[in-house]
Amino acid sequence: MKKKLLSLILAGAMLLSLGACSSEQAPAEKPAETPAAPVETPAAPATPAAPTETPAAPEAKGEVYYLNFKPEADEQWKALAKAYTDETGVPVTIVTAASNTYEETLMSEMAKSNPPTMFHVNGPIGLLNWSDYCLDLSGSDLYGELTSDGYALKNGDEVKAMAMAIESYGIIVNKTLLAEAGYSIEDITNFESLKAIAEDITARSSELGFAAFSSAGMDGSSNWRFQTHLANLPIYYEYEADGINSTEAIKGTYLDNYKNIFDLYINNSTCAPAELSAKTGDDSRNEFLNKQAVFFQNGSWEYANLVGEGLFTDDDLAMIPIYIGVEGEENQGICAGTENYWCVNSQASEDNIKATLDFMYWCVTSETGLNGMCVDMGFVLPFAKGLEATNLFMRQNDEMAKAGKTPVRWDFPTIPGQTWKDNLATALTAYTAGTGDWDGVVSSFVDGWASEYAAMA
Amino acid sequence: MEKAIKKYWPIFVLPTLAAFSIGFIYPFLQGLYLSFCKFITIDNATWNGIKNYLYAFTDEAFLHSFFFSAGFTIVSTLLINVIAFAIALALTRNIKGTNLFRSVYFLPNLIGGIVLGYIWQILINCALALLEKPLLAVNPTFGFWGLIILMCWQQIGYMMIIYIAGLQSIPSDYLEAARIDGANEWQILTKVKIPNVMPSITICLFLSVTNGFKLFDQNLALTAGEPGHMTEGLALNIYDTFYGRVGPQWKGYGQAKAVIFCVLVIVISLIQLRATRSKEVQQ
Repeated sequence: MKKKLLSLILAGAMLLSLGACSSEQAPAEKPAETPAAPVETPAAPATPAAPTETPAAPEAKGEVYYLNFKPEADEQWKALAKAYTDETGVPVTIVTAASNTYEETLMSEMAKSNPPTMFHVNGPIGLLNWSDYCLDLSGSDLYGELTSDGYALKNGDEVKAMAMAIESYGIIVNKTLLAEAGYSIEDITNFESLKAIAEDITARSSELGFAAFSSAGMDGSSNWRFQTHLANLPIYYEYEADGINSTEAIKGTYLDNYKNIFDLYINNSTCAPAELSAKTGDDSRNEFLNKQAVFFQNGSWEYANLVGEGLFTDDDLAMIPIYIGVEGEENQGICAGTENYWCVNSQASEDNIKATLDFMYWCVTSETGLNGMCVDMGFVLPFAKGLEATNLFMRQNDEMAKAGKTPVRWDFPTIPGQTWKDNLATALTAYTAGTGDWDGVVSSFVDGWASEYAAMA
Repeated sequence: MEKAIKKYWPIFVLPTLAAFSIGFIYPFLQGLYLSFCKFITIDNATWNGIKNYLYAFTDEAFLHSFFFSAGFTIVSTLLINVIAFAIALALTRNIKGTNLFRSVYFLPNLIGGIVLGYIWQILINCALALLEKPLLAVNPTFGFWGLIILMCWQQIGYMMIIYIAGLQSIPSDYLEAARIDGANEWQILTKVKIPNVMPSITICLFLSVTNGFKLFDQNLALTAGEPGHMTEGLALNIYDTFYGRVGPQWKGYGQAKAVIFCVLVIVISLIQLRATRSKEVQQ
């Protein structure tokens, strides 16, 4: 009797485990499921078999699978995809890779039987990996909408990728606190004046109750602000001086300026330089939100975080250029550019390619599409019909351009990969902690650039 | 019953065999093939010969990560097992609250490695800041010892449960006989208890040696290899090789390292299994 009971239990357990197996395998056929567990948002039925819910779907042959790069826009993309499916009957699947895992997710998704038809690369270096998978977009309607050829990534005559959103970054200023310290943003016109004001605030910080800069955190969640975005300035000025737009061997002509601005950040901060190695992106933002610091280096994508909680209004905030002490910088604007390029998967079926191109065109030309992208997601589009920016920092970018200031181009997509950035961050962190010197930073900037370019070959 | 098993064994073996083949054998063979290739996606690989292995064997960072992993494994295996065994001895003596202690010691094991890594990063950084020492991101020595502390904290409870089970399965007449013969506590421990829990020791050593080499999420969360790959174990080095640089050759290099890593772990754990198995006694 006991034995029978035992075998019954064992058999039951086996059935259960089989059941578990099959239920795990079933959804694996859906394009959206990945082992890396990205946010899955099948906005539309995975197969065209369910147009019963949607109005007539006359020629919905292909389908769209978009691997989205921006986690902050996941819900909005899902809503937009649903609107498109309702309108045309074409199924659109949106999958968003978790923050910082885009390359990994893309790699595993591309190997599947139903790969993304629409994906992102971050610039010319990112394109190197995926060039074989990028459809030539030069004849597409979408390309006709692009406002400038500068927003296309080309390989010879082929248009491999197109920018889909323009962003800007600089030093975000709390104007109210700056006024409390007795200054206004008009007083800051170059590195000298920024330095004088920051050092004055530091000298009076106990009396004022706030510091000049929010912490320049060197934790992985924050160090990209310095090893990528701040590093863009010496790269940009060197490219401008040499009249080039990329190089395999950087000289580091402007690294002394890079040191100036970085020293200013770490010595006039909310905390001691030695503590910066553990400070995160959230720490830095929260210091700014809690009015503990006047300046905060970040970009237009932070706008929603800053005004979202009702702590700030547009009147409190402004973005100023990152001055590094280069001659003539009074005329410098904020850094504007993109690292979000759309690609269409050339290895997808013809129906899917057509469906994807139609979807992209609809996104940047139709009223619903433009509303979704410009208002709900808050993007500034490089396409002809793009709506006016709702984002304060992007509006400021326009105003500065109109006032004749030269925006700083985003040259950091020419950085030779993540390893270069990581090594630079390591050297900067050691410098802030006092365990390394500036020579280490220079060496990883200049020598690292050459060796990483060599490693790509 | 036995007849039925003889007749129907394929049906019973099949599900597991299928799962093992799909989940292990096939990916392993494919990985072996890919380690000789350049690729971006795994179904689009081009042959690259043994260049990947040549690179892997000459990469200094990989060598460094091997010594880091080896050192880490030795220290963590010793500490985890000695402490776990000591606690297991203490908790098989019918002290009051034994069950409570067992549960509490086991609890850290239920928290995932990434979460533990971040929690300990905050704790250790706080301690280092108070001591005015460089924080974890610039301090390889504390990075190493931080990892040891973290792994001990996580693993000791688990190994303790295995040792307790082993200690409880020693027949009480062995211990009684030893006491009647006049053996003292130390003699009972070394001559009766340890030989009888050798199967548990084998299991625990196997688990902690392989865990030590395979260390990944704790490593990623606590130090991420900083400063400059100084606290990077083998698994993290493979991950960095695979994703850190642009170009199809780097995927191949990472894959070759992964195959070397796999063979290495198998060989080391087989040696360890053989060494401890030979000390096991029949009850």
